[in-house]
Amino acid sequence: MDLLDFARGPALQWSLVIMVFGLAWRLTGILLLKKKPDFSEPRYKDTFHGRMLMIMRRMWPKEEFVRNSLLDLVLGYVFHIGLFVVVFFFLPHILFIKDLTGLSWPNLPNGVIFFVGAITVAALFALLMQRIMTPVKRLLSNFDDYFSWFVTTAPLITGLLAAAHVGARYETLLAIHLLTVALLFVWLPFGKLFHTVMVFVSRGATGGAFERKGAAI
Amino acid sequence: MTGSLRTVGDALARRGVSRRAFMKFCGALASSMALPPGVVPAMAEALAKAQRPSVIWLSFQECTGCTESITRADSPTLEDLIFNLVSLDYHHTLQAVSGFAAEEAREHAMKAHHGKYLLLVDGSLPPKETEYYSTIAGISNYQMLEEAAKGAAAIIAVGSCAAFGGLPVASPNPTRAVSVRDVIKDKPVINVPGCPPIPVVMTGVLAHYLTFGKLPDLDHLGRPKVFYGETIHDRCYRRPFYEQGKFAKTFDDEGARQGWCLYELGCKGPITYNACATVKWNFHTSFPIESGHGCLGCSEPGFWDRGSFYKPLSTGELSKATTIAGAAAVGVAVGAAAAMMSRSRQEKVTGGK
Repeated sequence: MDLLDFARGPALQWSLVIMVFGLAWRLTGILLLKKKPDFSEPRYKDTFHGRMLMIMRRMWPKEEFVRNSLLDLVLGYVFHIGLFVVVFFFLPHILFIKDLTGLSWPNLPNGVIFFVGAITVAALFALLMQRIMTPVKRLLSNFDDYFSWFVTTAPLITGLLAAAHVGARYETLLAIHLLTVALLFVWLPFGKLFHTVMVFVSRGATGGAFERKGAAI
Repeated sequence: MTGSLRTVGDALARRGVSRRAFMKFCGALASSMALPPGVVPAMAEALAKAQRPSVIWLSFQECTGCTESITRADSPTLEDLIFNLVSLDYHHTLQAVSGFAAEEAREHAMKAHHGKYLLLVDGSLPPKETEYYSTIAGISNYQMLEEAAKGAAAIIAVGSCAAFGGLPVASPNPTRAVSVRDVIKDKPVINVPGCPPIPVVMTGVLAHYLTFGKLPDLDHLGRPKVFYGETIHDRCYRRPFYEQGKFAKTFDDEGARQGWCLYELGCKGPITYNACATVKWNFHTSFPIESGHGCLGCSEPGFWDRGSFYKPLSTGELSKATTIAGAAAVGVAVGAAAAMMSRSRQEKVTGGK
């Protein structure tokens, strides 16, 4: 078994198993936690509207914070949208998802994917530099932040290198790319990347609580 | 077929081959090996003076596809090869004699040209522990290879079976077959894989040896870089469609008719190093992708065990979905247990309020 066979076989298989196990474990654990009893009279019993509103409103900061966090916002959106495009609209990725779930959709030309991928990598590096250069952010950052950045950026870089055939033979680069993806899968449920699943759950829960109390969202 | 070591030039002259035809032949050879045009006169001179080496071709666990392929060589043709360029002294399929006479021819060639003959092997072979799974004239493949290798100037493993084990090695490998390189450690072995290899690649490697008196530059798998230096994907005429994101979804859809990329249909061109896309097959007519089928990756080790030929390269070789479903079920159970423990602790602290 060579490196590519290992990456396509056991590495992907076990990383997927760990990711699914971890996601199921953490989601179930959180969703089944006992809620704090609230004895107050609810302002609104149906909190669906509040949940949805909070999910949407938190996509953009309050006006007074926009100026100070504009760069974060732009870079954050660039790399999130970039990641979405690269992960979900590159044909080999769609085929991987199709093989797992049976779902597929149209792909974008490779040139578009590579362009978006390069911009995404640049945005991720800019955010890393900002994290390191800004004293407050540096103090707030821990291993989880840096490792989560690494496991997000590594598949992008290795994917671009594989596409451009730079640094090694294609099959080696492809194997390394798949191994970095496997690392991402393994880390996703256990670090800050878990927000990919929890972002809407936590925002919805907060929105529901606010709505119940009649607080402004 | 036993022949003396005449020069190639003598053999050509005897057969009435003109200088012009010989230069054309050298030009074609140089071109197939990606050598510059300036090298052709030197090549012609070297080839004309080259001694026709004795060639012993051993066939072990194989299907004769490699021999079938070389009979379709066009530059040089098989006739050119065995009448002008080399003295083919032993080959099961091509030789006229059989039985004891055939084995005598091999033994005679091995003695007469000791240290000078070229040994070509197609097919894998069982190792010493299981050597009697495959025998010829009562001699195991293992023993025959070991004996023949001792006096060989160089060994060429022809086809994926000889180079990497090929189909006989595929799981469950009932004969525990191994490649030539797994057995021969003290001699240069050049791998010319493919199932079968491209004819001109086989003849080109021989011609290179005759011209330059040495083996060509090899890659990390022992393959001549000149023929195995680039992937099928990199030289594929359908590559622009890959870049444009245009893929055939089935073998008979509009994309297939338009000649779009076959990646989605399982083409292994991106990880396969071979000259099919440039040299092509059947007198340079076409190659599998041009005929509408994805590359199987037959010149790569273990190609037979790399899952379905029709599964895209980017998909994993994953076991059944039940494993993933099982992981989800276990995760839910562990999460529920953790939540219950947390609730229980919470109730202890709050007294159930």
